[in-house]
Amino acid sequence: MTMASTKELAANSRDIRPGRIITWTLLLIGGLIMITPLLFMFSTSLKTSGQVYDLRLIPAAPTLDNYIKVLGDGRFMQWFFNSTLIAVTVTISNVFFDSLVGYTLAKFEFRGRYFIFLAILSTLMIPTEMLVIPWYLMSSQLGWLNSYWGIMFPGMMTAFGTFLMKQFFEGVPNDFLEAARVDGLNEFTIWWKIAMPMVVPAISALAIFTFLGNWTAFFWPLIVTTSKELYTLPVGISSFSAEASIQWELIMTGAAIGTIPTLLVFLLLQRYIVRGVMLAGLKG
Amino acid sequence: MAKIELQKLVKEYGKTRAVHGIDLTIEDGEFVVFVGPSGCGKSTTLRMIAGLEDISGGNLLIGGEVVNQREPKQRNIAMVFQNYAIYPHMTVGQNIGFGLYTSKLSKAEKQKRIEEAGKTLGLEKLLDRRPAALSGGQRQRVAIGRAMVRDPAAFLFDEPLSNLDAQLRSQMRMEIKSLHRRLGTTIVYVTHDQVEAMTMADKIVVMRDGNILQVGSPTDLYENPVDVFTARFIGSPSMNMVEGTIAGGNLSVEGAAISGLTLPAHEGKALIGVRPHDLVVGEATGAGLSATGTVEAVEPLGSETLVHLTMGKAQVIATAPGRVVPAIGSAVSVHAGVGSLYLFDAVSEKALGRA
Repeated sequence: MTMASTKELAANSRDIRPGRIITWTLLLIGGLIMITPLLFMFSTSLKTSGQVYDLRLIPAAPTLDNYIKVLGDGRFMQWFFNSTLIAVTVTISNVFFDSLVGYTLAKFEFRGRYFIFLAILSTLMIPTEMLVIPWYLMSSQLGWLNSYWGIMFPGMMTAFGTFLMKQFFEGVPNDFLEAARVDGLNEFTIWWKIAMPMVVPAISALAIFTFLGNWTAFFWPLIVTTSKELYTLPVGISSFSAEASIQWELIMTGAAIGTIPTLLVFLLLQRYIVRGVMLAGLKG
Repeated sequence: MAKIELQKLVKEYGKTRAVHGIDLTIEDGEFVVFVGPSGCGKSTTLRMIAGLEDISGGNLLIGGEVVNQREPKQRNIAMVFQNYAIYPHMTVGQNIGFGLYTSKLSKAEKQKRIEEAGKTLGLEKLLDRRPAALSGGQRQRVAIGRAMVRDPAAFLFDEPLSNLDAQLRSQMRMEIKSLHRRLGTTIVYVTHDQVEAMTMADKIVVMRDGNILQVGSPTDLYENPVDVFTARFIGSPSMNMVEGTIAGGNLSVEGAAISGLTLPAHEGKALIGVRPHDLVVGEATGAGLSATGTVEAVEPLGSETLVHLTMGKAQVIATAPGRVVPAIGSAVSVHAGVGSLYLFDAVSEKALGRA
């Protein structure tokens, strides 16, 4: 069989190739596995406490009572606010500091540059669980326990973000920076006005990942906070289960509301997320 | 406007010396072109003038003041880069205006200057466009515009035409030259292309291995190269070089007949240079050098034909009139008249004189 006819055959049978069928089937199964819990979460949030163990996806008598109850609870709104404040602050901080350090490591020659980079990079290899104890000791000695700052400080700058930004800034041609230098800009303005706009894809990827990571963070906020007013959304929602009996319908309602920003981020910024994952993967 | 002086200027990277203490004076309003092969130190020198590289030794004076320690912005120079360095996230107008970012001019004055520069460079209709929508030549003009609005003491150009195609390059050469005539600002221009150097410069500085080999006007360099390198570097196609011997006032070159030359005082081996345009295909009509060679290749250019020949051991290029295209493999006679031979010492490669 010649090359041409093989190609022709492949083109004709494009839609019914066995490889494609298998791929699509696997993707479909994967998608179902991932969406089922989400659907059950929404479904449960529309059920009364008596119906919770009735596993029908569409509730027999859907009700919005849980939403009224959860949203009417002042604590829930407080937690939502806490989560928003923390996720937004940490995201801004990461975009700012990770970029600044990444840029410095990428574009300036100085003694110890490589060592500093390696030191930052090496922290990527330490799992969060191991860092929690030193973080806690630090917070306790510095009086940061049970405060917004205590929740936020470990994530204000990340090794991953610094690494990501450094890799991107390395791709910015020096001519741009030197042209600005000759034009009389100071180094900070060059970074902010010239270099930053050139790595917008990386910044959006970093911002999205940081926001989502902090919005869903559970372990550290749980450990560092003791008063309910400072709980973040995931910690607050989980606390529903600690009271008297587990109120699944309320937990699911809280989770459903808490998921909305995440879903919005995904839906609105899908393009950037996909690109961000690709960029991070390619560069990292 | 300013005079730029380089006094024993040195650049070292660790233990390697990139520029070996060069001396040069660039007069106010002069168009000076640094030319040389890659790694000759021409760009490094330009970057030292700009303040983008630290000076390792010697002094740099702009307008009579030592500026070694001054930041680029304090030197009042503007630079145009090889890849244009125009910012993709700004419009053409914003890019041009960016040269004035730190200036204290009023907004109206800045706008006026942007429009003037746009007009001078034929960009007035493109001021709202983004660089991505521009051609290479237009981008280069934007970069020049950004330098122009600042009204600097000197313009520095770092291989600004390398990314353009041949036709655009020759057009931009003329534009930059006429811009220089109009503005009268000192220009320091770096290129590896001797055609750019020859066509644009008031003064050419030939560099090699971190040293200045020769400084002079284009004609000066073409007529009186100080050594084999400059002789071969300036002029296209390169000067032919054949080995010969001067003994007792006579020059002998293997396979060539020589007559009627007045030779410089020298004894021993020499290199004899002759420009392809002076080595003409045809029988000798008078004194000079004449020889026979075998045609290896021909390049008909229309107005003339370049004929690649093997003469003994040497490969040379000769010219024939446009309509004459010798057959490959055929034997042809060539000759060069009196005054068209350049003689160099075979060992030091320094010029001995012309004959």
